[in-house]
Amino acid sequence: MTQERNPRLVRFEGIVKRFGTVTAVEKMDLDIAEGTLVTLLGPSGCGKTTLLRMIAGLEDPTEGDIYIKGERINDIPIHKRNLGMIFQNYALFPHKTIFDNVAFGLKYRNVNKAEVEKKVTQALEMVRLPGVEKRMPAQLSGGQQQRIALARAIVIEPDVLLMDEPLSALDENLREEMRREVDNLQQMLGVTTIFVTHDQREALSMSDKIVVMKDGKKLQEGTPDEVYNQPNNHFVADFLGHSNFAEGEVVGKENRFVKVRLKDGTIFRVEDTGRFQEGEPVELVVRAQKFDAFRQEEFTPDPEMNYFEGKIRDRSYMGGEVSYFVELPDGTEVHIISMMRTRIYEVGDSVSVQVAPRHCHLLPIET
Amino acid sequence: MKRISGWSLIRLYTILVYVFMFAPIVAVIILSFNPQQFGSFPMKGFSFEWYVKLAGNETILRAFKNSMVLGSLTAILTTAIGIPAAMAFVRYDFPGKNSLNTLLLAPIMIPEVVLGVALLLFIRWLQQPKSFLLLLIGHVVITLPYVLLVVQARLVGIKREYEEAAMSLGASPFQAFREITFPLLMPAILAGMLFSFTISFDDVTATLFWATASNQTVPVKIFGMLRNSISPEINALGTVMIILTISIPLLAGYLSRKFSKET
Ligand SMILES: Nc1ncnc2c1ncn2[C@@H]1O[C@H](COP(=O)(O)OP(=O)(O)OP(=O)(O)O)[C@@H](O)[C@H]1O
Ligand SMILES: [Mg+2]
Repeated sequence: MTQERNPRLVRFEGIVKRFGTVTAVEKMDLDIAEGTLVTLLGPSGCGKTTLLRMIAGLEDPTEGDIYIKGERINDIPIHKRNLGMIFQNYALFPHKTIFDNVAFGLKYRNVNKAEVEKKVTQALEMVRLPGVEKRMPAQLSGGQQQRIALARAIVIEPDVLLMDEPLSALDENLREEMRREVDNLQQMLGVTTIFVTHDQREALSMSDKIVVMKDGKKLQEGTPDEVYNQPNNHFVADFLGHSNFAEGEVVGKENRFVKVRLKDGTIFRVEDTGRFQEGEPVELVVRAQKFDAFRQEEFTPDPEMNYFEGKIRDRSYMGGEVSYFVELPDGTEVHIISMMRTRIYEVGDSVSVQVAPRHCHLLPIET
Repeated sequence: MKRISGWSLIRLYTILVYVFMFAPIVAVIILSFNPQQFGSFPMKGFSFEWYVKLAGNETILRAFKNSMVLGSLTAILTTAIGIPAAMAFVRYDFPGKNSLNTLLLAPIMIPEVVLGVALLLFIRWLQQPKSFLLLLIGHVVITLPYVLLVVQARLVGIKREYEEAAMSLGASPFQAFREITFPLLMPAILAGMLFSFTISFDDVTATLFWATASNQTVPVKIFGMLRNSISPEINALGTVMIILTISIPLLAGYLSRKFSKET
């Protein structure tokens, strides 16, 4: 059972892709481990699709090498790469029945007829759509079509499954359901999967590893927990979740803490990671969810914590959470999200806000 | 009070336009059944005399065969050239693409007389005699733009992703074309063949320049017959032509609908 897993099933070495003067992907080095689901996450135009299409063999890298299972595949044409591809708009062959769609890849793999039927039936069961063999793609709903596309891709037992925003054409509820389905199927089959999305929720909930991209560059890669809780630059912190930023300067160290003086003079204590030294300018990041708000009269300061005072400026409900904007005496606003079940404040209330040092992070100032 | 509204005027006008357009055609069809030598209304009886005569007219039959062979070959050749050309224009980038596309579409805009003379001068310069091959090449040049336009329009609508999906599943580019693109393109290919057949079958102007005595087509023959006398046989021939040019597209439309339902 416990097979040795290849930590570099897919490997990019110094990949660059230029379209004329546009650089779509810049100096990309990336390893993808066997059996994992890796998400390429980033805003529109950051080069996610281009990267995926280079693995598929639909684009040629301008520079660099791509390896699958240790073999350099730059010059291997797409149809010899044994990959499964899922498109945003399903791309089922409209003139073929579901059976013929799913069986398509098997035609080129020397599988006998009885075996083909067995495999197609199995694949359709796996995507929980048994019995639709005779229908045409147009007779299925969008979600069903995407499942068939999934069945068509996994039936050939691909080395890598490539998905380019496979859920974005589905409506909200269906998307959640399909997301779980893809996740389960991926784990069950253990197929190495590269998943492109610009939806951070999708990325955070299903990935083993997230690669955050911007302008063709990899900004951070790590587990969802790492990129979410320890963003290593402003963009990642901002792109994933709701973050507050404040510039300041390291003014000293004390036990396991770094002391940071913000522009307005407040001193914040942040857990010391050894990354910054006294005198360095830094940017403080705190996620909106990490703050606790208290009524000013009832607040007793805890010397272990960071805290500040302000007035509620704006309040809105977001499902089970409440989002506030708190205005500080110097006019800056802090975004706070707290759970519904805690006390709810009115606009105009004076509050004290507290946050633990371990929930504060420091980033280098970007110029 | 009776009012004549704008709409009824337009309706009347439309009817008149149609009458004007179709009356001669109807007249030809009716007169083809007229037994008299000099057709005029009212008709004195009804007969298939001219059709029988037509069926016995060797030169007409030969012209008819010429037209059919020429039209079919033109249709086949034009699609055989048009499909790969359309693929190249829509799916690939290469230097000079736009100029080449314009060049191939140009015959639509160039008067046929000019084309006719130009091709003649060209083979004169090559010191070749007029031949059936020349006629065929000429018709291919004239009909290619239509096939290109129809096939290209359809190809633009067939998403690249279908081919990409097929290739990712293991089909070579050619297999992907055969399995996916070609069947999806079929209605356009049929329409294109039909266009080229009917255009070739119908063509007078350019064919007049290119045809030799032995490979005259039906329209050229009719044109020749009209110069000598107006035999009622022409009415019969005209009727046959009308029926053919109307029924072939209808048949093809029916076939392509049936075809697309079955696959
Ligand atoms: N075929 C092409 N020709 C020219 N430029 C291209 C081509 N394909 C992509 N680009 C450019 O490369 C950059 C990256 O595009 P890409 O499609 O990879 O972005 P993406 O991250 O997938 O964005 P989205 O989330 O919108 O799909 C963009 O600036 C885009 O304009
Ligand atoms: Mg994209």
